[in-house]
Amino acid sequence: MSQRPLSPHLQIYRVQLTSLLSITHRATGIGLAFGAPILTWWLMALATGPGAYSSFIMVFNNWFGIVFLVGWTWALFYHLANGIRHLFWDSGVGLELTSTYTSGWVVVLSSMVLTTVCWIFVTQGWLS
Amino acid sequence: MSRSNGGGRRTALGRVRGLGSAKEGVHHWWTQRLTAIALVPLSLWFVIGLIKAADGGYTTATQWLARPMSAIMTVSLLVALFHHTQLGLQVVIEDYVHHEGLKLALVVVIKLASFLLAAVGIFAVLHLAFVS
Repeated sequence: MSQRPLSPHLQIYRVQLTSLLSITHRATGIGLAFGAPILTWWLMALATGPGAYSSFIMVFNNWFGIVFLVGWTWALFYHLANGIRHLFWDSGVGLELTSTYTSGWVVVLSSMVLTTVCWIFVTQGWLS
Repeated sequence: MSRSNGGGRRTALGRVRGLGSAKEGVHHWWTQRLTAIALVPLSLWFVIGLIKAADGGYTTATQWLARPMSAIMTVSLLVALFHHTQLGLQVVIEDYVHHEGLKLALVVVIKLASFLLAAVGIFAVLHLAFVS
């Protein structure tokens, strides 16, 4: 059983955009899952009171916390955009090879643009 | 019978229903898509709300969440998010963990933890909406 060849054979496998985006979808999903308890923590901190909330803010209001939150924002937008791509595939749309590459690049670009726009809004305080 | 894909011994009705031996059928797949569709507007709404509340500190955030629309949307988000998370992690575990006991244990832990985190989050939102 353990002697059988595995597919894809990782040592000789040439990564394409499509397979890279596929495993990134899973990786961002796992990352978002581990980030989801932070949402619960944020809500509980708000419900507990100003003291608990300021402790929460202290954890994230430093360069390490900001890097984490920017990364988490990108993971969210990537998983969201690629998830919509998957929903189109599920309905039978965009399954041709050329379309999968076009939609793949759209996902990469839109996830980066949305993350950038998001954090420009936060730092400039445009919506608040 | 030359057919090998489970069609041979089953009745015509059983084949049409396509539920398999566990009688679950496409329920997991279908629920994962339903929660995904729900999460598109819910997560976008929440991110915009977070940006609005990001700079204002404690009072801005609590007042925003206590509004009926915000509370309803956030509770919906928590339900869809943790259900979707739990379904997704289950697939990941089933793909990579091949020890049956460990696989079952991890799936149980993931499902219970997701339920608990959703319950705590919903309690917090309701507390902000009705008590604070």
